Amino acid sequence: MKLIMDILTKNGLVVAFLVTGGILWLSYLISDKILRKKIPGSAIAIVTGLLLAYVGGAVTGGSKGIADISWLSGMGIMGGAMFRDFAIVSTAQGVHLEELRGTGWVGVVSLLLGITMSFVIGMLVALSFGYHDPKDLATIGAGACTFIVGPVTGAAVKASSEVIAVSIAAGVVKSVVVTLITPVFARQIGLNNPQSAMVYGGLMGTTSGVAAGLAATDPKLVPYGAMTATFFTGLGCLLCPSVFYLILTYFFGS
Amino acid sequence: MTIYGVAILAACYLIGQWIGAELGALLGIDANVGGVGFSMLLLMLANSYMHRRKLLAPMTEGGILFWSNLYIPVIVAMSAVQNVAAALSGGAVAIIAGILVTIIPMVLLPFVVRLMKRKAP
Repeated sequence: MKLIMDILTKNGLVVAFLVTGGILWLSYLISDKILRKKIPGSAIAIVTGLLLAYVGGAVTGGSKGIADISWLSGMGIMGGAMFRDFAIVSTAQGVHLEELRGTGWVGVVSLLLGITMSFVIGMLVALSFGYHDPKDLATIGAGACTFIVGPVTGAAVKASSEVIAVSIAAGVVKSVVVTLITPVFARQIGLNNPQSAMVYGGLMGTTSGVAAGLAATDPKLVPYGAMTATFFTGLGCLLCPSVFYLILTYFFGS
Repeated sequence: MTIYGVAILAACYLIGQWIGAELGALLGIDANVGGVGFSMLLLMLANSYMHRRKLLAPMTEGGILFWSNLYIPVIVAMSAVQNVAAALSGGAVAIIAGILVTIIPMVLLPFVVRLMKRKAP
């Protein structure tokens, strides 16, 4: 038994290939046979991933989901930023430049709208829970953008670590919720063509949530959503601690 | 050869990441601004150039397509390593903010798309 564990731990990435393959096989089986394709297999697989992440975090108390279990640590490599971004970039192979011509401004407008909306909503929720300090409001508002914008802003405006933790949590909740409900409401909100996917990426911004949500909806839309979403975090890190924070200090004092 | 495709993809990825990092540094923020987006644009440019010149052998393209086929499994692995436990323990502020900030823009999506179509040249 110890020998097997050693082998699994030493070959983490290969184990991750096997485990992920198993999750997908099971998910497609459930989708085909039990749910009669009413819910796509990829959506079931992603939800299974989130459940495993919860189990991993609850069992180990760590912060990396299932990858905190030593023999599953390879999941952290396969699901880490490098592989994720590499795979997302490769999806651009199916995109034709002609489809994107003249859509740059669509991306810019939806990004500005998405960042402002996220910040204001997060800030209002924080306000309704009794936060008054502009530092705290800015940090939680930034966390509502993405779980990277939150801590970056928090560090810039010198917010407390508790508030930064709340902002990260808000961003993670957002990415999980986007993943879960995108395929559910895609049809009602007209999310079925490249242009609306681009706007969606700009409004939501969480690259992981948008990518996973669109993958579960229609994999062909992924590159369009990812393309705009990838600018969201950077722009958010730019706007939240500067312009948005200054506006808040004007209203709430510093 | 398959590795040529993987190498082209890697080159686009790295150059895009570099542009994103430089842009971040230029703006004075500690974040990569649009690295993935630049990488994707580069890959599209390289792809259309090679298609026009008939330089893209099927094996080469296979090296890129292999990765785009692995995309969903990578996303599944990514969901399995999210800090879901922390998301749930961040308290009501985090959960309510996270839910509202998803639902409100989502409901507004059709209006934003329509607005943009009307203004489109």
